[in-house]
Formats: sequence, structure tokens, C-alpha cells
Amino acid sequence: MTALHEAPPTASARPSRAEARTLKKADRRRRFLRDRALVVMTLPAIALVLVFNYAPMFGTATAFQTYSIYAGFWHSPWSGLDTFRRLFGDPLFWSAFENTLTLSLVQLVLFFPVPILLAILLNSVLSTKVRTFVQSVVYLPHFFSWVLAITIFQQMLGGAGALNQFLRSHDLGTWDIMTNPDTFKLLVTAQVVWKEAGWGIIVFLAALAAIDQQLFEAAAVDGAGRWRRLWHITLPGIRGIVVLMLVLQLGNVLTVGFEQMLIQRLAVGRDASEVLDTYAYYYGVVNANFSIGAAASLFKGLLSLILILTANKVAHLFGEDGLYRR
Amino acid sequence: MTATALARAAEKTRRNRNRPPWEEPPTAAGQAGKGAVLAFIVLVVLIPLYMVVLTSLSTQGSINQAGGMVLVPHGITVEAYHQIFTNNLVISSLIASLGITAVGTLLSVVVTVLCAYGLSRYRSWGHRPILMLLVVTMFFNGGLIPTFMVVAGLGGYDNFWALILPSAVSVFNILVMRGFFANTSRDLIDAAYVDGAGEWRILTRIVLPTSRAVVAVISLFYAVGYWNTFFNALLYLPDNQKWPLQLVIYTYTLQGNPMPGMGVTQTGTYLGAQQIAPLSIQMAVVTLTLIPILIIYPFVQRHFAKGMLLGAVKG
Repeated sequence: MTALHEAPPTASARPSRAEARTLKKADRRRRFLRDRALVVMTLPAIALVLVFNYAPMFGTATAFQTYSIYAGFWHSPWSGLDTFRRLFGDPLFWSAFENTLTLSLVQLVLFFPVPILLAILLNSVLSTKVRTFVQSVVYLPHFFSWVLAITIFQQMLGGAGALNQFLRSHDLGTWDIMTNPDTFKLLVTAQVVWKEAGWGIIVFLAALAAIDQQLFEAAAVDGAGRWRRLWHITLPGIRGIVVLMLVLQLGNVLTVGFEQMLIQRLAVGRDASEVLDTYAYYYGVVNANFSIGAAASLFKGLLSLILILTANKVAHLFGEDGLYRR
Repeated sequence: MTATALARAAEKTRRNRNRPPWEEPPTAAGQAGKGAVLAFIVLVVLIPLYMVVLTSLSTQGSINQAGGMVLVPHGITVEAYHQIFTNNLVISSLIASLGITAVGTLLSVVVTVLCAYGLSRYRSWGHRPILMLLVVTMFFNGGLIPTFMVVAGLGGYDNFWALILPSAVSVFNILVMRGFFANTSRDLIDAAYVDGAGEWRILTRIVLPTSRAVVAVISLFYAVGYWNTFFNALLYLPDNQKWPLQLVIYTYTLQGNPMPGMGVTQTGTYLGAQQIAPLSIQMAVVTLTLIPILIIYPFVQRHFAKGMLLGAVKG
């Protein structure tokens, strides 16, 4: 045991406030001496985070400037909320905002349930061989880049791709999928499903495996059939993790496939593919209007923060843990 | 269900040892439906990959006959690979991709392991504020433009480190690893401590050997991230001599730009101007980016399920 826990030198039962403070201080000193090697180990990560995460956070201040490349960050004139006034007055910004929200909504409806259903399906497969095989196949696309995934989509479904070759050779006309702005949101969602739905099942499989098997047995003995067990045991059993994933998803509502949009911008045009991130990129980097780009990013960042905290609060109201416990 | 029916069901299911005795035997329609859905899912992933690889190995005649991507092999040739391995742009991009991946992964894994271990001890000095400092970045970041300004301001433009350092630490990975490290037997660590081992020794001799699985998975995540790096390359590297493979595919396959060094036909005749690369060559480059993933993947894949996310979520 340490000095801290030895009998106090005074006869009184409780040390005075000043003594407590010195004891605490001594304890902190002792812990620092003991743990300094641990602290040193965290320094490289801290340094990287300070330079590449915190410095840009302060760099968002440029949203309140009229940034000039020649003057640089330190000498550009401040302009208050002027940048935001220009940003909010730009119809293109609002159309990017709208695109972002609709895309998120479409993906929430069409993508979010897919990994859950797939996990339940896979969990019901008894043969371990089949399960392992299917798992290793469906996880795979997660490790491809968006460039690769979209190249594959283009070669399969594009104008010169396999599907249209087949249709043409059977005189069935062609089906314009990759360059049609009207169905672009569905295409993007299909790509996300192809690439990420398989990987998404991993969490749900873990949650399914954690359900007490005796519950199923007891229910079966009591006469509950397959579907009844699914409804009354399986689904409630994974509710916590579903809510958690939903909270995370809601926090990411404003982040939809930046690279995916960027790569396909030429094919479908700006109007269909502009989202908040690409808006910031094109205004900021391509057109060198750093202040507008930073303002768009800041707007998005703050709104996302509010969204995730709100979603978490709602999860708490429903009695779930959400992202952190109360 | 009566007891006899249950017993009969149990008797019937003895064929499948995985099925618990109380579960009713599967219906034929159910099995067929499940099989069809799973087969469909597997094919949707595998057929495109198969066609990409096959097309890269096909003769121009076979590609013309198929009208594009090849499903049924006719003429097989490695001509496309011969071409890309004599193409300066492809070779330099392959070297760039491999270099970025090797250096970046090494750096990321070292930094992540150190930080995760530094934060994994119960009630160690300063772990709470340091953790807060890191976690904040998961919820809020400066965004694209300010990050670009910082990196460019530090001289990252036209430099390879701009593809590595800004994304070198993933706080999420640190949390996952910290969760695993914190589960290392406390007695083992205390015993080593009593024997006079310092923190470095404990990390390298006790904690790391018992956490091989998580280190392997995190290394794969980092390596894939660097191998797939696309946007940062687009942002920071103006010169195509420095481009990684992903950017080469984006420019010369997806956007269909004429590719440098593609003025020579398969028979060796020089055509003069730069041309769009033939489909087999495009697919050969795509296959090139697939191969490392397909090689490493099977070794790491079995570790995925080991509570990948759960450790972090609890942290």
C-alpha cells in the first residue's frame, strides 16, 4: 500500500481541508512520477491531433474573414458575419444542402435496414461453413476504394458496361443508369449498399450472438414459432445496438459520400451531385474562395454536432444508452 | 407442440449438429429462399470482380467479341500486364502507392499502439484530459478548407507526407485498441512491474503479444486506408509522376483521359498521339489495386468479428 493509505499522522479522524489538499497534491505528484512513461507514449498522437485537427479548428476562424491568399490567415481582414450572409444568400448552397438531406433520407430508408436484415438472415444459417464463406465475401467490398467501386459499377452498368452490352445485343435498347441525374440518388444508395452493407452486419452479428440462447429455448418450449421468436426475442435483443447505429447515422446526416459524389460529378452533373462537402471543396479549393468554403464546413460541423447530441438525447428518452451513458 | 412431436423433431434434426434440439426443422421453401438470397448476394459481389480480372487477361479480339467486359473466357493473354509493367506512369504510381502504404501504416500503427497503451492503465495520471482531447476530434473537425490551409501552410503541397500525416491517427482505432489493452491481465502486468520491468518492456513483452489479433486488424484498416487514398492525392499532388494508383484509375479509366505511354499498339506499332488505354489495360490496373487487398484479407479476416466495434463503444 502507498503512503496515501497509511494512518493519518494527526489524532483527528478526518484531515483538515488544507491537509487533504496537500495529500491530494502529493498523490497527483506520485501518480505523475509513476505514469510519466505512459504520458510520453501518448505524445506523438497528441502532437498529430493538435497540428492536423485542432489547428484547423482554429483555422475555421477564416470563415469570419475575407481571406486573401496573398495576405494569408494572419493578415486577412476580418469581416464578421459577411461570409455567412453571402453563403446563405447563395441558392447553390441551399440546393447542395437539400441534396445532402434527401440523399441521407433515402439512404436511411433504403440502406440502414439492409445490414440488419442480412445479419438476421445469416444468423439463421446453421452451417458454419456457409456462414463464414458468405461473411468473407460480403465484407470484401468495404476494403475497396470508391474509385474502384465506381469503376466496377461503370463497367457493369455504364453505357459501355456489361448490362448495356447484353441489352444491345438482344435489341432491348439501352438503360441509362450511371449518367441519369434523376435516378442518381438511387444509384448512389445502391453503391453504398454494395460496398458497405456487408461490412455493416458485423456489429449486428455480434449483438445477435450475445442474445441468451435459453430465451429461445424457453420460448420454443412454450410454443412460440420461428417468427414469434424473431419478433419477441431477436429484435428486442438487438434493439440497443440498432438505436446506437441510428444515433451515429443521424449524426452523420450531413456527411454523404464526398468521394463518391466527387468522382461521379462529371457523369451526372453538378446539380444532382452537389452536397455540402463538395460545395465546400469547389468553392474553397477549386475556386480559391477559402472563406466561403470554411463557412460551409463550419456550418456543417456545428449542425452535425447539434444533430448527434440531439439524437443521443432522444435515445436516452427512449431508455437506450445511445452513444454514451447518462 | 406435444412432447412426442418435439422428440420426433429432435430425432429428425440429429443430422445437423448445429441445430439445437428445440428448434423446428427447416421448411424446404424456407431453405430454398435463404439459399437463393445468399447466392444472389455472393454473386453480386463476386461476378464483377471475376469479370474485371478476366477482362484484364483477355485478348483484344475476345473483348471486341464480348463488346466490352468479358464473362466467358476466349483468348487469354498477359499482354496487358506486360504493357502496364513497361508503362512509366503505372510503375511510378505503383511505387508511390506501395511507399505511402508502407510508411503510413508503420507510422500509424506505432503511434496508435503507443497512445492506446498510454491510455489503457486504470486511473493513470492525465488519461482523462488526454482522452477528452482526442475524442473531441471525433465529433467536431475544422473541415476541408482549414485542414488544407494548415497542410499547405506547412509545405505539404506536392509532398507525399500530406497523404500520410493528416490521417495518421484515427481516434476510433485508438479507442478500439485501448479497449483491448485494458483487458490484459492486471496480475501479469503487476508481476512484471514487481520484477522491475518498465512500461516499454511491459508493452512489447506482455501487452502486444497478447493483443496480436487487434493489432493485425487495425494495421489492415490503416493499410487499406492508405492504399485507397484518393482525395488527398487529388488535393495535394499536382504532378502525375507522384500520383498513387487510385488517382491514375480515376483519371485514365473513370474519366477516360488519354493515358501517357499508350501510343503503342499491342503489335508494337507507334501510333503517335497519346490514346485512351484499351479496356484490358484499364482492367489490369484495376486488378493491380485489388491484388494486395485480396492477398492480405484472408489472414486478417478471421479476427474481424472479435468485438471490433464493441470495445470502442464501451470506452
